[in-house]
Amino acid sequence: MSAKEMTGAQILVEGLKAAGVEVMFGYPGGSVIPIFDVLYEEKSIKFVLTRHEQGAGHAADGYARATGKPGCVIATSGPGATNLITAIANAYMDSVPMVAITGQVKTMLIGNDAFQEADVTGITRPITKHNYLVKDVNDLARVVKEAFHIASTGRPGPVVIDLPVDVTQQKTRLPKKVEIDLPGYKPTYEGHPQQVQRAAELINKAERPVLYVGGGVIISEASEEVFEIATKAHIPVTTTLMGLGAFPEEHPLSLQMLGMHGTVYANYAVTNCDLLIAVGARFDDRVTGKLDAFAPNAKVVHIDIDPSAISKNVHVDMPIVGDCKKVLKELKEHIKPNEREAWVRTVAEWKEKYPLSYPQDGKLHPQMVVEKLHEVTGGDAIIVTDVGQNQMWAAQFYRYSKPRTFISSGGLGTMGYGFPAAIGAQVGMPDRKVALVSGDGSIQMNIQELATAHRLDLPIVIVLLNNGYLGMVRQWQELFFARRYSHTTLEANPDFVKLVEAYGAKGMRVDRAGDVEQALREAFDARTLTLIDFVVEPEANVFPMVPSGEAIDRMIGGMA
Amino acid sequence: MRRQVLACRVENHSGVLTHITGLFASRGFNIDSLSVGETDNPRFSRVTIVCRGDERILEQIRKQLGKLIDVIKVINLSEMESVERELMLVRVNVGPSKRAEVMEIAEVFRAKVVDVGAKELMIEISGKRAKVDAFIDLMRPYGIKEMARTGEVALARGPKPSAAGG
Repeated sequence: MSAKEMTGAQILVEGLKAAGVEVMFGYPGGSVIPIFDVLYEEKSIKFVLTRHEQGAGHAADGYARATGKPGCVIATSGPGATNLITAIANAYMDSVPMVAITGQVKTMLIGNDAFQEADVTGITRPITKHNYLVKDVNDLARVVKEAFHIASTGRPGPVVIDLPVDVTQQKTRLPKKVEIDLPGYKPTYEGHPQQVQRAAELINKAERPVLYVGGGVIISEASEEVFEIATKAHIPVTTTLMGLGAFPEEHPLSLQMLGMHGTVYANYAVTNCDLLIAVGARFDDRVTGKLDAFAPNAKVVHIDIDPSAISKNVHVDMPIVGDCKKVLKELKEHIKPNEREAWVRTVAEWKEKYPLSYPQDGKLHPQMVVEKLHEVTGGDAIIVTDVGQNQMWAAQFYRYSKPRTFISSGGLGTMGYGFPAAIGAQVGMPDRKVALVSGDGSIQMNIQELATAHRLDLPIVIVLLNNGYLGMVRQWQELFFARRYSHTTLEANPDFVKLVEAYGAKGMRVDRAGDVEQALREAFDARTLTLIDFVVEPEANVFPMVPSGEAIDRMIGGMA
Repeated sequence: MRRQVLACRVENHSGVLTHITGLFASRGFNIDSLSVGETDNPRFSRVTIVCRGDERILEQIRKQLGKLIDVIKVINLSEMESVERELMLVRVNVGPSKRAEVMEIAEVFRAKVVDVGAKELMIEISGKRAKVDAFIDLMRPYGIKEMARTGEVALARGPKPSAAGG
């Protein structure tokens, strides 16, 4: 007896289960009704209905970053799919494993400008790791399996499966064994042994090395290996925004974040190092500033699983293509213990001399809110951010010590990312404290998800740094455009406390520095969705700051 | 700026070419020519791409192509001994008085006259790009009505026979 016939929708859902999907985010619509009909009685997949497809996409992304498992999102054809685009691009830029399923019009109507039709594989080509348009139900089981394989291996990324409605209704027999068939996809995991050996020699010889650690270390779960190498050979560690949490920031060897809003000591260390060891990082322009002046005296070792990331922006002396964890494990064996007293002392002096700071004048400064957030959570929460000043302060003034505790839109810089991503993170990690650091601009870009979070009774604490401005753009206008605040004043903001109360959640307002800690404690104790509207200093700036295109040791602010 | 000839073995299904050309467009890489055809195995096609750039760009092009899931293999033919050929059809304004003259040039180039009209000739020529270019230069004074070039295809030469003669 052969297997019984199944519809495409059933095959899809079986494929999702086989891939280990426990949670799906999404929004229904005409061409995905057959899939939702199967999900109606599916017990093993928790479905999270958001209030906008973009919210669903970012929630799947936040879920993936918090758990390490691929996120899964579904939307209907046309507008449903195009609403996912920002979320897909966001996941692509930050290498987040995600499978996005989009409905499509009937096969025979494709290309016909049919109702709710959009060329989704065309639109998503440059923002996906791969995409599929499934025209034959017999391909579907294999495609689903391949999609999850591609999304979650190698350098992870989003994969789109565009699924015409008639394919979800057609019936076929499921093959006994579904096999992937990807002759063109073979990521390199093991570093070339000789290259690793040579890199170790460079490290052993270096007097002033710096480890420059990116999101790849979080993805490959290599923070332990980074720690072992750094402490064995006394190498100071700086992380990118995506790498926050890969190395404990309270450790003496931590330089925290580098780049445009990095610490003075991280940027000084990179500028003065004689060997830069880049691990799972990609030399983004927000990190390097002016390329010619980035680590000008250093040889560069670059470890990355994506060969195209190597020598893309800077010349690399010792490239190693491979999985960060595997390569570092191997590398560690060849590295000699070294105290590097002079270099460690120099770095410690810079740390002493140029700490991150903000005015201590008793006013309600946003940086202080983040510091208190760290204190109140004991550094143990998952911090999700939006984009802009709130994001940079969250990066600078919280001290991250564990991977997957900082979730933020790095590459794409998507305002509106934070809140749905926090929902995804909390759904994936129900027992963890999740806090969203947002701004009054960003939060309003996906504020409709208050309904989603409230419906699921997620105890997210929304730390709203409300300055009445689109603060980061305002800061640039202040510094580089003669204070001409062109359309960056958010007049007519809603009363955020009343707004969250209207959704049935808890709201608080804090406008005095002395009340910050108490309010945060109350919010975390409440174990229910809570927004605290912190009315902060309106023209607080993010410092230090490297002006765009400048060398990273040419910083404004923070040089006291 | 250097010229690079790449041969890619790719999956033979719809959308693959979009992935390749889209990659060139969105990353700002320049394509001189691109030609596609089936291989001995109908599952795969072979795409020959001639592109141009500095060393860093050319390396990125190879790496980015290699990342595409539908691209099985990228061979850099500029790095090895290879044979490159292009085919061109060209219609030249040639009346009876000049016909013999043009046919003589064609013969020197081992080109073939494939159609003759009262006032024109259609000529087929194949060879290296430089040869085709040279032929065009010679035809230009007569007046080129229309032409079509395939873009280059290329194959690496096989390994040299071993000393044992095997």
